[in-house]
Amino acid sequence: MSGLFSPRAWNKIWIYRGTFLLGLLNTLKTALVALLLALALGIIFGLLATSGKKVLKAISRVYVEVIQNTPVLLQMCFLYYALAFSGHSPGIIVTGILALGIYTGAYMAEVIRAGIESVPKGQFEAAQSQGFGYVGQMYYIIIPQSIKVILPPMTNVIVNMIKNTSCLYIVGGADLLSLTYSFVTGENTGGSYAPAYIVCGAIFFIICFPLSTFASMWETSLKKREQKAFQSGAPKEA
Amino acid sequence: MAMIKLENVNKYFGDLHVLKDVNLEVSEGEKLVIIGPSGSGKSTTVRCMNFLEKPSSGHVYIDGQELTSKNKTKVVRDSTSMVFQQFNLYPHMTVLKNLTLAPTKLHHKSKKEAEELAYHYLDIVGLKDKADVYPTTLSGGQQQRIAIARALCSQSKIILFDEPTSALDPETIQEVLDVMIKLAKENITMVVVTHEMGFARQVADRVVFMADGQIIESGTPEHFFTNPESDRVKQFLGKIIR
Repeated sequence: MSGLFSPRAWNKIWIYRGTFLLGLLNTLKTALVALLLALALGIIFGLLATSGKKVLKAISRVYVEVIQNTPVLLQMCFLYYALAFSGHSPGIIVTGILALGIYTGAYMAEVIRAGIESVPKGQFEAAQSQGFGYVGQMYYIIIPQSIKVILPPMTNVIVNMIKNTSCLYIVGGADLLSLTYSFVTGENTGGSYAPAYIVCGAIFFIICFPLSTFASMWETSLKKREQKAFQSGAPKEA
Repeated sequence: MAMIKLENVNKYFGDLHVLKDVNLEVSEGEKLVIIGPSGSGKSTTVRCMNFLEKPSSGHVYIDGQELTSKNKTKVVRDSTSMVFQQFNLYPHMTVLKNLTLAPTKLHHKSKKEAEELAYHYLDIVGLKDKADVYPTTLSGGQQQRIAIARALCSQSKIILFDEPTSALDPETIQEVLDVMIKLAKENITMVVVTHEMGFARQVADRVVFMADGQIIESGTPEHFFTNPESDRVKQFLGKIIR
């Protein structure tokens, strides 16, 4: 075996590039479906947390705290083996989606809760005093104001989730990191450790970096637009 | 028939007994002003009239209908509007959008009708030229006049004012009061919590004095400001009017 970064090692990666692409595809698929689940859970539990009803708040709190204060690896193993031993194993992909979705949902719920709570109480009261019901209040008045508080951190949660697909490795997933690992340890393919992990990391970076950059740019532009709206009206006042 | 009726209304915040068996009737078109020291339950009383605070016990009737948790959205939508101390305009919408939101989404008006209505009331509050700006660009007094126009756009029979001038700079208080005085000439039922005694004297059909969660005295402004019965009122007025 020649050096860690030998041309031979890099060449091997090129030959087996399909493995990495497959891993990427699996990671994105898992992440996308898990994202939908996480969004649904996040919205439900975020709304419960801001409902003002003690019981509903408690339910949301329990979900968020239990999920956020135990390792995602443990949740994944638990779900995988619990389901497997119950005789209804849905397979690694579905397990991964469920586990990631449930895990990420807890963070989504917090982001949504914080966004809704960032809107002053007077806005809720004004809406209620006009006769808006819960849905109208949220739709016309609260969500439009909280969305700019919600979206940037939500994008970061999504980035984290994409990275967390690598945890599927523990239950033998087919995501990017798992496939990279089997590649470097495989009997025929093994050996190109450093290049393989660099490629794997680069792929993650290429996906995640634009997302987080986009998130922060979005936030900045929303803030700017707000300032502009403020300034454009100001001179008229004089 | 009373437009608003509070019957044995009690309200607790935790252990704090904020409203103690409050009974109050407001008839149609009446201008009722509620005065009293801070923490006396004035704001809580008017907030019970649209269930922003739900009474711990007792009954609230609005336009002949008992207000309950179940029907509050509908009754409030149909019969009441509110003007807040902090204006609470929607900052993400232009003034015009603030005014047309409820009429189009809740009162089944077309965009055109709602905008005509909005311009009509903007004219009344003297801010027709501000239709397209965002509320945060306006002064406090202007925002409160917009908030009054927004309340008027719902065309409800009752408008509740919860200390509408308390958050304003002294020099903008009068412009808001002037709008309210103009409004008082209409047949709208107005309940106003305020510390503006001049306004109470000029506009009120009846003044109610509250202290410690109770209605201490109620009467016409003349009675109230010239010859109050209760010592508590005399003491309060003595402090305010010099």
